[in-house]
Amino acid sequence: MDVLYFAWVRERIGQPKERIASNPATVMDLVNQLRAKEERYAVAFADLSALRVAVDQELSDFDASLANAREVAFFPPMTGG
Amino acid sequence: MDIRVQEAAFDLGAEANAFAGKQTGMGAVVTFTGIVRDLDETRMTAMQIEHYPGMTEKALEKIATEASSRWNLGDILIIHRYGRLHPDDRIMMVATAARHRADAFQAAEFLMDFLKSRAPFWKKELTGAGDGWVAARDEDEAALTRW
Repeated sequence: MDVLYFAWVRERIGQPKERIASNPATVMDLVNQLRAKEERYAVAFADLSALRVAVDQELSDFDASLANAREVAFFPPMTGG
Repeated sequence: MDIRVQEAAFDLGAEANAFAGKQTGMGAVVTFTGIVRDLDETRMTAMQIEHYPGMTEKALEKIATEASSRWNLGDILIIHRYGRLHPDDRIMMVATAARHRADAFQAAEFLMDFLKSRAPFWKKELTGAGDGWVAARDEDEAALTRW
């Protein structure tokens, strides 16, 4: 699946997008896999209350299932308008 | 319903005129325009607006569809820009048309409240002293509960 990062999450991780070969069962499983990868991920995912997640372009939750998910995105709270 | 996510500037007067001109039987048109301003007197030189292509359009459609189901509306227009903007540039506009003004006003406010915190845009202020992401405000999240 594709994992996308926006705003300061993108800056902290250092890339806008990457492909993950594993099949994490939930968003939280994916977060823990990413945290274990490298320090920059651990830093970006240190405080989940500062992050929002979208699964297949719909706002979701960290305990959401990733069954059949094609795209997961992590970003800070949105500031439109 | 007309939803546009674009980098280019838009002509507020021309858009408002075109929107009002294509309605029939509507007694009220409300427009709102958001303008880039210096949020913390940081001497901001520019604002960089990032968005999530694909999700942005879906989120705006969802918000507009919800507004259409709650109020008796004839039409909705949303234009939201991304990319590099400068103080006093127009970032976005919404327009609503309705038979009665209460529907047009309330729907426009609803659209703005949800655009603030449910549409995937992020603003970064660029200043001579460094750049910073604009933090979401608790009041914006709280504003959603009134609907």
